[in-house]
Amino acid sequence: MTSRQSRSRLVVRRFIRRRLAVLGLFIVVMFFAFAYLGPAFYKWKFDKLDFTSLLEGPSGNHWFGTTQNGFDMFALTMRGLQKSLIIGLVGAVISTAIAAVAGAAAGYFSGWTDRAVITLIDLLLVLPGFLIIAILSPVFEGHTWLVFVLLLAAFQWMITARVIRSMTLSMKEREFVHAARFMGVSDWKIILRHILPNMSSFLIIDATINVSSLILAEVGLSFFGFGVQPPDISLGTLINDHWQSASTANGYQFYFPAVLLVLLVLSVNLVGDGLRDALDPNAKVGEQ
Amino acid sequence: MGKFLVQRFAYLVVLVVIATSSTYFLAAAALNPRSNFEGRNPPPSPEVVDSLLDSLNLNDKTPITERFERWVRGVTAWNLGDAIDGGSINDEMRRRMGVSLRLLLIGSILGSLAGVAAGAYGAVRQYGFSDHAMTFVSFCLLSIPTVVLSVFLANSGASLNNAVGQRVVYNTGEYTPGLAEWSGAGITDRLQHLVLPSLVLILQGFAFYSRYQRNSMLDVLGSDFVRTAQAKGLRRSRALIKHALRTALIPMGTFFAYEFALIFIGSIFVEKIFSWHGMGEWFVQSIQKNDVNATAAIGMFVAILVLIAGFLSDVVTVTLDPRIRRS
Repeated sequence: MTSRQSRSRLVVRRFIRRRLAVLGLFIVVMFFAFAYLGPAFYKWKFDKLDFTSLLEGPSGNHWFGTTQNGFDMFALTMRGLQKSLIIGLVGAVISTAIAAVAGAAAGYFSGWTDRAVITLIDLLLVLPGFLIIAILSPVFEGHTWLVFVLLLAAFQWMITARVIRSMTLSMKEREFVHAARFMGVSDWKIILRHILPNMSSFLIIDATINVSSLILAEVGLSFFGFGVQPPDISLGTLINDHWQSASTANGYQFYFPAVLLVLLVLSVNLVGDGLRDALDPNAKVGEQ
Repeated sequence: MGKFLVQRFAYLVVLVVIATSSTYFLAAAALNPRSNFEGRNPPPSPEVVDSLLDSLNLNDKTPITERFERWVRGVTAWNLGDAIDGGSINDEMRRRMGVSLRLLLIGSILGSLAGVAAGAYGAVRQYGFSDHAMTFVSFCLLSIPTVVLSVFLANSGASLNNAVGQRVVYNTGEYTPGLAEWSGAGITDRLQHLVLPSLVLILQGFAFYSRYQRNSMLDVLGSDFVRTAQAKGLRRSRALIKHALRTALIPMGTFFAYEFALIFIGSIFVEKIFSWHGMGEWFVQSIQKNDVNATAAIGMFVAILVLIAGFLSDVVTVTLDPRIRRS
């Protein structure tokens, strides 16, 4: 058995030991399946109106009930879940990638690259992302939601980049990096092939945690109409449309998307926590 | 020590200036005040619109650098300009700052105190029942968006009133109009309005700080100096508070600073759901009204808030950490 196999086995074994993390992973996978496959098997579509049942509570026909106009709440929620999931995933990958490249470059090259990155990080930390994205919202109003995801990622990477920078600083003095440099490997190749893969555990954990913070950020901005724009639907726009019904008899319109959202974020956080324990080489769990 | 603080302050001031200017430029480029007049019936003549926008320093036909110059001249004379629908921004800001302060002060202070106390206690009782319970609760709370938590608490408040049969708490507004401000009835009324929004802030502060405080306390508890303090004969509680907690608070200073901006953002949600008319609500309205001046003023307000918090955290660090004080 090679050491690589045994390492991944150890990681999997440690992860499975964390019951809650496995439960979280199961819920996330189920959400994906429901969000993307569910609508194909479900009777109502998110953009089809049912004029015979307006503002009706949950039933066998409309699982999550209907809205005032006769939209099916389950179809809407699944549609919103799709967008929230994809925003979380794409944004998290982009954000961690920016952090990895900027942080590693700052640590590896030092000098003015380092100073530029550090100043940028400090500046972006002073500018609250929420406010800036809200101010910029009229600009991306007509564009695809991908612009919005890019902006979300642009304000998410800074603290990770700081950590990666300091990890790079210590790693660039290690033998394998020196060896690669003396063999004439180019700087960027060293960063991408030798330095970043050595931090993969940290990068994976960071990306997982970013998923939940980006889902929350999306909801917050969309709640004020500064995020996902109609006709797109996300969990944030659904909560924005229906929060005022929460105190009425039709509270299901708010509580279905809201509870799904909380469950989703909670599950992603549990997965992140489990991954941290499983990937951390200092953890003692599951090693016998 | 003094030199360190002066350097930090200068650096923070530079950052605030850059952040405020960026906010102005972004707002001036992204928001379109002219569109406010487009839907009007009858449509105002372009000359009227131009002169009105000119008087407000909002005309997009003036180069952006010129508008910025005029804005900076105003700001240096303590004049933040006029709002798009009339009225001085200075006055509006003064009024709304008071509202936000009354909303945030109690909740954020109690929240951070509760978080620090709970985190430290959990670390001392690591893996005990209370530790597990608190970790679980804060983990769940951190997964609930402010919006959902606020709506949920607002509804719980309404249910509580129904269950008791009379008004215990209010879930909209800051006070009931018509009551004398400093009378007993007036103060009780304000407190009844304050309970629910403060609870949101307290729960979130508790969840956020207790996690970090627990980690930072755990790092310290294993160190030699805590053991030495106890070996010298110090009582356990005294060793834990004077030696362990004091050291464990140092890294928290940074979190307090960055949390300040987050508290403001959280207040945007709380103000909307509980209908308080503070800075957060103003920010949302200013963007919706394409009011560049008000938006930039709020951006500056937040930047200064972060500056003050950042500087306070530096002061706290210097006071608590003798290594920095000496160097």
